[in-house]
Amino acid sequence: MIAQLPALIVVIPLIGAPLCMLVRYRDWSWTVATLCTWASFVCAWIILQQATSGNTISYQMGGWAPPLGIEYRIDLTNAFVLLVVTGIGSIIMPYARESIRSEFGTRRIYFFYTAYLLCFCGLLGVTITGDAFNLFVFLEINSLATYVLIAMGKNRRALTAAYQYLILGTIGATFIVIGIGLLYAETGTLNMYDLSNRIAEVGASRTIGAAFAFLVVGISLKLALFPLHLWLPNSYTYAPSMISAFLAATATKVAVYVLLRFLFTVFNYELTFDALPLDYILACLALIAMFAASTVAIFQQNLKRMLAYSSIAQIGYIVLGISFASSAGVTAGMVHLFNHAMIKGGMFLALGCIMYRVGTVNINKLDGIGKRMPLTTAALILGGFGLIGVPLTAGFISKWYLVTAALERGWWPLGFLILLSSLLAVIYVWRLVEAAYMKPVPENAKVVEEAPGSLLFPTWFLIGASIYFGIETNLTVGVAMDAAKQLLGGLG
Amino acid sequence: MMAGFYIVIAHDNLIKKIVGLNIFQAAVFVMYISFGKVAGGTAPIIAEGFSAYSNPLPHVLILTAIVVGVATTALGLALVVRINEEYGTIEDDEIQAADDEQPQ
Repeated sequence: MIAQLPALIVVIPLIGAPLCMLVRYRDWSWTVATLCTWASFVCAWIILQQATSGNTISYQMGGWAPPLGIEYRIDLTNAFVLLVVTGIGSIIMPYARESIRSEFGTRRIYFFYTAYLLCFCGLLGVTITGDAFNLFVFLEINSLATYVLIAMGKNRRALTAAYQYLILGTIGATFIVIGIGLLYAETGTLNMYDLSNRIAEVGASRTIGAAFAFLVVGISLKLALFPLHLWLPNSYTYAPSMISAFLAATATKVAVYVLLRFLFTVFNYELTFDALPLDYILACLALIAMFAASTVAIFQQNLKRMLAYSSIAQIGYIVLGISFASSAGVTAGMVHLFNHAMIKGGMFLALGCIMYRVGTVNINKLDGIGKRMPLTTAALILGGFGLIGVPLTAGFISKWYLVTAALERGWWPLGFLILLSSLLAVIYVWRLVEAAYMKPVPENAKVVEEAPGSLLFPTWFLIGASIYFGIETNLTVGVAMDAAKQLLGGLG
Repeated sequence: MMAGFYIVIAHDNLIKKIVGLNIFQAAVFVMYISFGKVAGGTAPIIAEGFSAYSNPLPHVLILTAIVVGVATTALGLALVVRINEEYGTIEDDEIQAADDEQPQ
């Protein structure tokens, strides 16, 4: 049983999806989806325990030995990402029931859970697989399900957002296929570890360089690295609240993982960072993302859109960490990956609560919301503090490691720039505080109650976790450090 | 490949964009299949009198990719149908104009 876990974690949601379709009745399909995500979470937890003991788990799909068969290969890095994805996926399930009922209606709701499970399954598959082409297939399972989920938003703009994402996402995925194809042409293998050995033998040929370029561009599109972020703001703004939370917390993070995997495992360090100036390119793009996206976020009226732009900025921080190409930098990137997943997930859930009661997330219509929905607003503001990086929140820990890594690399002006861009976050979070607490409740405002417990609990769970991991960092930093060492050490 | 990519970027019509995307993907499929060709090789079926076979692996990969491509096209077209129902147009600029007129 334990030996089969790597397969089970993907197969459970994959089987659950058609099951949701078959049971049709809405509460049953919700139950199936919840049980599947929770079961996957348990699998991910056990896998992480095994991975922390230092063993790399290799699972041969169907008993076919790699490099010919598809191998699931789990080291600390993907065990960590698996835990993030399944954790977020499980926490938001209790939230999903009420929230989706109010935003999507009850008719044909089983379609929603089917798509959700497929999306979840795709993300896990991308994370766990050790085979480059298998990665593409799972990526497309996830993407197709995501387009459907985004299109389910109430506003008609959700449709155009989904369409835009479909076009850009498919271009990104096709770029990844071209890259994988070129690698296959040069090396004759698709297994990532086999690839890394053979690429080291072949050295930096032109084909490898072209493959590398296609892969990096394709993956950057998926992770919404500036300037390839155009699909993200609309998708997050018009998707159902719970889906915004899920995507912000997991989808881009898995893309970051894929980037890490290709940069450090498949391509060797010398090729990535010595032969090509990728560290400078990534650092520049990440910096522009941090400043440009944060500045745009300040001027947004729609709070979901504001958070979407802030997500682009936060992805900038993660990529900046990776661009240092040092163990400290990658650690910072991974810690921020985890922390940002919790903070942004929690904040989108809090906005979902406001949407549920007030029916809008436009900042002009939310004057005095702090007095009307105190618990929800408090969660939102605490999450905002996390984005700024106030001490005692998880955001502080990630920024601390990021600045340390920048100093260690000797790029000290970057440390200063990181702090400066955090100040931009102060501005947009302050706008929230001002609207929520300083402005009086309008006279004609309709009376709203606090959000129901099933919505509040998951929101506070995530925000609470972001505070908890701001104080107790053993799990996040410890695992991230070991994972970074494993990633860099295998090649070094 | 570039022709398809150009269509995706340059055209305003949503259907044409999807057609462009298909051309783009088909070009990539052909690229894969060309990798599999072995000079003088025949179809990879074991038979007497033949010793050189094409590499069947890219073919298999592309079968999968074709399925993905079909699914993407179907979903894209379904979205276009829904957009047409909601906006009454499938031209990108007209949809943009309709969105600008009506702030949310």
